[in-house]
Amino acid sequence: MATTVPNGLDCRSTLGNFQRLHTPINTIPVDEHVLYTPYTPEELKMIELTVNGKRRQFTGDENMPLLWFVRDELALTGTKFGCGAGLCGACTLHVNGQAVRSCITPVSAAKGKNITTIEGLDPGGNHPVQRAWREHNVPQCGYCQGGQIMQAASLLKGNPDPSDQEIIDGMSGNICRCGTYQRIFAAVRTAAKEV
Amino acid sequence: MFQQYAESLFKNDLTSNSNSNSTKPARIVNVSRRNFLKTSGSAAALILGAQWTSMVFVSKAKAAKQSFQPSVFISIDHEGTVTLTSVRAEMGQGVRTGLPMILADELEADWGRVKIWQAPGDETKYDPAGKDKQDTDGSRSTRHHFDIMRQLGATGRHVLERAAALKWGVNASEVYAKDHRIYHTASGKSFDYGELVDVAADVPVPTDKGAIQLKHPSQWKYIGRDMPMVDNLDISTGAAKYGADVTLPGMKIAVIARCPVYRGKVKSFDASAALKVAGVDKVVEIPALADDKPAEFRALGGVAVVGTNTWSVIEGRKKLKIEWDPGHNTTHDSKTYNETLRKSAHKGGQIVRNRGDVDIAFKQANKVIEADYFVPYFIHTPMEPPAAIVDATSKPVKVWACTQSPNRVRQYVAEALGLEKTDVECWQTLLGGGFGRKSKPDYVCEAAILSKMIETPVRVQWTREDEIQQGYYHAASAQYMRAGLDKSGKVTSWHQCGAWPSILGLWDPAHKNGFKIEYGLGFVDCPYNNVPNLRMENGETDIMIRVGWYRSVNNIQHAFAMNCFAHELATAADRDYLEFMLELIGDAKNLDLSKDGVEDIWNYGDSVEDWPVMPVRLSNVLKTVATKAGYGKPMHTGHGLGIACHQSFHSYVATAVHAVVRDDGSIHVPQVDVAIDCGRYVNPEGIRKQMEGASIYGHTIAIHGKITTTKGAVKQSNFHDYPVSRMADAPLDVRVHLVEDYTHLKPCGVGEPGVPPYAPALVNAIYQATGKRIRTLPIEEQLRLA
Repeated sequence: MATTVPNGLDCRSTLGNFQRLHTPINTIPVDEHVLYTPYTPEELKMIELTVNGKRRQFTGDENMPLLWFVRDELALTGTKFGCGAGLCGACTLHVNGQAVRSCITPVSAAKGKNITTIEGLDPGGNHPVQRAWREHNVPQCGYCQGGQIMQAASLLKGNPDPSDQEIIDGMSGNICRCGTYQRIFAAVRTAAKEV
Repeated sequence: MFQQYAESLFKNDLTSNSNSNSTKPARIVNVSRRNFLKTSGSAAALILGAQWTSMVFVSKAKAAKQSFQPSVFISIDHEGTVTLTSVRAEMGQGVRTGLPMILADELEADWGRVKIWQAPGDETKYDPAGKDKQDTDGSRSTRHHFDIMRQLGATGRHVLERAAALKWGVNASEVYAKDHRIYHTASGKSFDYGELVDVAADVPVPTDKGAIQLKHPSQWKYIGRDMPMVDNLDISTGAAKYGADVTLPGMKIAVIARCPVYRGKVKSFDASAALKVAGVDKVVEIPALADDKPAEFRALGGVAVVGTNTWSVIEGRKKLKIEWDPGHNTTHDSKTYNETLRKSAHKGGQIVRNRGDVDIAFKQANKVIEADYFVPYFIHTPMEPPAAIVDATSKPVKVWACTQSPNRVRQYVAEALGLEKTDVECWQTLLGGGFGRKSKPDYVCEAAILSKMIETPVRVQWTREDEIQQGYYHAASAQYMRAGLDKSGKVTSWHQCGAWPSILGLWDPAHKNGFKIEYGLGFVDCPYNNVPNLRMENGETDIMIRVGWYRSVNNIQHAFAMNCFAHELATAADRDYLEFMLELIGDAKNLDLSKDGVEDIWNYGDSVEDWPVMPVRLSNVLKTVATKAGYGKPMHTGHGLGIACHQSFHSYVATAVHAVVRDDGSIHVPQVDVAIDCGRYVNPEGIRKQMEGASIYGHTIAIHGKITTTKGAVKQSNFHDYPVSRMADAPLDVRVHLVEDYTHLKPCGVGEPGVPPYAPALVNAIYQATGKRIRTLPIEEQLRLA
């Protein structure tokens, strides 16, 4: 299992162009292989799916929620655990372009499908929703924002010109305890002009 | 008198080496040739260390005797990259943006070439005098680091100027710093900072008075300007790392079943079904904390399910069969407990502030009004539940955690493992919200004990249910309020008695009263100054659950009761609320609490000299918010505009809430105005965000927040039964007004002070809209039943 251990957070962007000085040293490389195989061959039931453009195989319990597959098995930690019950939206990712709550979506439901996590939304972070998030300086602690962005991207894909009420309805499944809703609302409006 | 005082502060702002008592200069030394910063990269060539002497806790004599012990560092490498070693946790309050702004400004650095590096917990290196303990709480990062950041930046600029002058063989007065370069005035030639560090490393920092010149505020280019958060790119791409995102080779994952009742224990358990879950490796019991040891921040014990995937261990835990010995707190039942709090508030007890004689005043009053206010337990619910990664298989024990307090982690982990504090390393990740929960390292202790038991590195993951049911709760509180009015409707007496379980119970479970910190959270320091007779009391209470600080702490209930009760009084006197409040507060420049028998005022750990309670500033923000929100304008039926104000963490905040109460009793808030005076400020954008967020945090407190217990166990478990504000019910138009009349004074807190005034402002708006008086939070269904 390839791992790097962070020795202090060292990630920052600059004013204006948001360029990184260098790659954060605490980035955990994504393994190419499935790591989790505590099963006998009889138990093996292989599930194939695509995650951020890469084909993946999963051989564990097909009831495992996608959240724990991407986090614990693929080390894609941008998708966050918030409630485990589909109540807060921190774990939102895309299955075939649709936002789902990965903490209550079993791996089996994603068989043969395309999964996109926040890391895969845009390689440079330049999806219109991501840009709008930075333009409005939305984040505070940032923990829920990956899920918020994935929810907003899915919302705008299905409805590129949402009304105010449609934004509120579409985003109310995602909780932010820092209280950034005002800026999320404004950022979704801005992004809607670009998608 | 006040004018002189303010002016003296202003002067200190301009020179670092002042003789005044109020701003002591930091001692800064060029430590490039010493070995202070081994861990932050050896590429750095110029390193400055600052010894913090501006705090009030160290006497002058003691400070003079101490050898040089720097605690805050900056370094500049050959590329010219400036690195600030941060000793504050980032949890959304923006400190990783704010502190470098101050430094970069005085250093005349290019913002794009300044980095921040998160220091591990290490008091010998970063807190040698034991003043701040690298503990990020109390809204104090900016107010305690503003001066030292400025001085470090200015010193760096001075040293670089000297280095350039040496290289050119000119007088230092012929050079100046601008945008990361030192220029020679006459010739126009220049060096980048990176080109100067080798020479600068040997330039001593002058100790003579006035040698280091701070910029005049008019020269600032970052301080006072809007700056976006430095972590925005990492956050928006999923690259930012939080507690649970750290992976170690061979690491196991664990969740723990804990007794639903505080201080209960495992009697017996059957793990056979749990062990059959694929991915579960083992089930082990973490021994219960010994009865004679107070809870503090220790692990309380339980049954840990260990495995290779978080879901597997969560599933395994569901299959555990545990018989608990619930212990002695099973009588903790909200229905009866809340009633006991109310009775205690009526009974009173310890007098914590006393002015005049309220008893005589009540007899002479034209009208006496009384009311009971109640605020329940709350739990923090940061979006990131607690998580900690510990490798206790060898020394030093290594910890990675979303913690507000890495040295407290080291202290309690060392104790749990029978080691010395120096045997424990703690690295801080970003925090997915803290709100006070993550200053308590019980979850880290659990991981440490478990790692030692199973002899592998381990991540202990808390679920949302764990977070809600096993937390450190914001104290439930009852307040009995009584006031006398004279014939003209002026308040002649104010009697307030509060009862709540104290945070001190963590150390002394038998403790019955509050203590000076809790009294200092908007209670004895109440700036309603124009009341001739005033008495604050604190009744006794049993402590039956872990109580801990929560964003703005006891200020929540105090601001709620005081602002709403004042509204009741104004209504009873048939007077305008704003005019009534302004009269009640007055415009005194300084509140001398020692005259009211408060000798040992907490004052948020700061000197009264530097951070006095100033009623005039509260009046000022109240007037501002009233104007901005259009107070007094005609409102539609079902609409109300409520105002409340409060001083906390030295900042003065007034909030105006425009509320609409619909026919079905639901509440809509189309607009909120917040006026804040936080003294000298750094990042207005950061302040606006904190006020927007605090309003929504306050909205949750007002409408939804409530933890209740049945037979000692917390009833709520997740966001379905502990709802928090979502976009659908949150205010989406919060307008923040920075009041700049006192920016010549010290910086004050920003992270917490926006919370307390929101709920009373909303409740006052509801009264205007409906005539319904809310005295118990949360509002929940109270309007629907009406």
